[in-house]
Amino acid sequence: MTTATLDRTAGAPATGAPKRGVLGRVVDRIGGGLVQVVLILIALFWLVPTLGLLVVSIRGEQYNNASGWWTIFTQPAQLTLENYANLLATGFTSSFWNTVLITVPATLLVIGLAAMAAYAFAWIDFPGRDGLFLVVVGLLVVPIQIALIPVAKLYGTLGLFGSIPGVVLFHVAFGLPFAIFLLRNFFAGIPRELLEAARMDGAGEWKIFATVVFPLAKPAVASLGIFQFLWVWNDLLIALVFANTENQPMTKALQSQMRQFGTNVDILAPGAFLSLIIPLVLFFAFQRYFVQGMMAGSVK
Amino acid sequence: MASIILRDVDKIYAGGVKAVDGLNLEIKDGEFMVLVGPSGCGKSTALRMVAGLEDISGGEITIGDKVVNHLPPKDRDIAMVFQNYALYPHMTVEENLAFGLKLRKMPKPDIQKRVNEAAKMLGLEQYLKRKPAALSGGQRQRVAMGRAIVREPQAFLMDEPLSNLDAKLRVSMRASLNQMHERLGVTTVYVTHDQVEAMTLGNRVCVLRDGLLQQVDTPQHLFDSPVNLFVAGFMGSPSMNFVTAELVRADGGAQIAFAGHQLPVPDSTFAAKPGLDGYIGKKVILGIRPSDFEDSRAAADGNGAGWTRLPVRAEVTEELGSEINVLFLIDAPPVEHKDTVAAQDNDEDEAALPLSGDKSLWTARVNARSHVRSGQNVELVVDTHNLHFFDPSSGLAIGHPANVGR
Repeated sequence: MTTATLDRTAGAPATGAPKRGVLGRVVDRIGGGLVQVVLILIALFWLVPTLGLLVVSIRGEQYNNASGWWTIFTQPAQLTLENYANLLATGFTSSFWNTVLITVPATLLVIGLAAMAAYAFAWIDFPGRDGLFLVVVGLLVVPIQIALIPVAKLYGTLGLFGSIPGVVLFHVAFGLPFAIFLLRNFFAGIPRELLEAARMDGAGEWKIFATVVFPLAKPAVASLGIFQFLWVWNDLLIALVFANTENQPMTKALQSQMRQFGTNVDILAPGAFLSLIIPLVLFFAFQRYFVQGMMAGSVK
Repeated sequence: MASIILRDVDKIYAGGVKAVDGLNLEIKDGEFMVLVGPSGCGKSTALRMVAGLEDISGGEITIGDKVVNHLPPKDRDIAMVFQNYALYPHMTVEENLAFGLKLRKMPKPDIQKRVNEAAKMLGLEQYLKRKPAALSGGQRQRVAMGRAIVREPQAFLMDEPLSNLDAKLRVSMRASLNQMHERLGVTTVYVTHDQVEAMTLGNRVCVLRDGLLQQVDTPQHLFDSPVNLFVAGFMGSPSMNFVTAELVRADGGAQIAFAGHQLPVPDSTFAAKPGLDGYIGKKVILGIRPSDFEDSRAAADGNGAGWTRLPVRAEVTEELGSEINVLFLIDAPPVEHKDTVAAQDNDEDEAALPLSGDKSLWTARVNARSHVRSGQNVELVVDTHNLHFFDPSSGLAIGHPANVGR
């Protein structure tokens, strides 16, 4: 539906516009080309630090201390995979797995819980629904920092402090308001008749949720999944507060490699690059859902 | 299959709006019942209450011999076709058709069989693997029908299923719907605002207005003997012409006089409409169908010979090929009864002619052989056996069986 409407609005003025002369078309062409060139330049500029990080991570330590990473272009012989070997030797893998163990459940839990809550907020008429939803929206603006100490105390009594489930639960709690808000608005945009048709076909609430609403919400769920995944993957603050050394994720492990004088760049660079590449892969895997109009052809 | 009975059904929305008011309706087993009325008359609400998608505020709905007031839709064993089709966009046509059966835990081979049968019947076989997005409007509409058919329910409910199709497709789908009902014989309740659809599809038609039932009858009966001004004005296109007239007794029989014209009222009319003679010497609202006019020249040799003459000047003519609509002015103010106004609601061409001033614009439908053009004087003849008389204050048809004693 979205794609079709966009096409129509984009196409309408074009067909209605009067024919333009040769010069006009040349201006159009140059203008379009110029925009593309500028966009490519900006993209390259933004890529420079990442490229630098990649190069540093595969350069020997002595070279990194002696000269800048850009000298690689004149002296390609500096390249080595030694840094990655060192990284593995320091036990960095365990913090990598900690990150995965924190991020994956925190993302899946948020999607699952938020989708069910959003369905209820959008389509089930229960008393106090709108008030409760306003509370959820209000929670969007509660800063994480004010919850750190009370939750730390709570975790102390529950025995969750320092553990991975503790970190996961904190992420889930603070991810839910936004997730519910996003999904509820998406669900509310699904035509009512579609749910009614399912009801007539004999589906109960759970079936409607699982077989009609959730599959249709794939684009929203994919975006939400990526957002949540990135937040949790890149989080340092919550890990610093709630995870002990044994359960620390990559961000905290990398941070602990920072020194007041000089850095362990041979460990930091490959570690940072590793922590950057996973979300990137994930983004490319799901990015098609961002642009896909899932509602096409459902109603009129 | 089953009959559907609505007994004193009310629907009151929050805020006190009464969408359906004491509706009594019996839809017989295998009947095609059309609910028709202007927008906001409660026809869709009534249908949705039968479906179980709206709560019932009062009264009782029975499907088969089961009171369904508090049953959820899935336990009512009925299928519904929506105006915008409401196909599941993430499923193929086949999955769309099978969805309802799968939810009812029917064994796979049976599902396959029913889906294939329905697809064959609707000509959808080559589209089974496609998603709805890759179908045309007409094909989507047929999938929506198919989804109802495969269920083999007790009744079909249809909420303006043809209104999203273009005019030509609508006519052919109308014919297919008729055929389908003939073949399956399933009780069908069909909601529309289009009186042509109502006339052509329904075994019986139920006219609603402001949540109140006006008249339930066969299409022909509705057309020939409407119960009140509203039904008379709503059914039929172009709609009935109205004028305030006086019924007088002159030498040679009764006459109806309006705007300098006098039409004889035959004795058979008085016999058919008991109570009409009580109006002699009083004002009534006279209604004449456009189809009860004819051009005297075209009528001379056949249909309409011997009818009463009515000379007029054709202001506008609309040539439709097989016939011509002649619009002419009658020197009498338009009838401003609340019922005629309500029935004209959707009729824009009438409202778009302010130049008629305090005269009423009438329409006559004459044979195309008449060749009458705008601005010409034409002598029309009127079939005085088909005059309609309405009480000017209540708007009820005088002498209609349903109104006697009211």
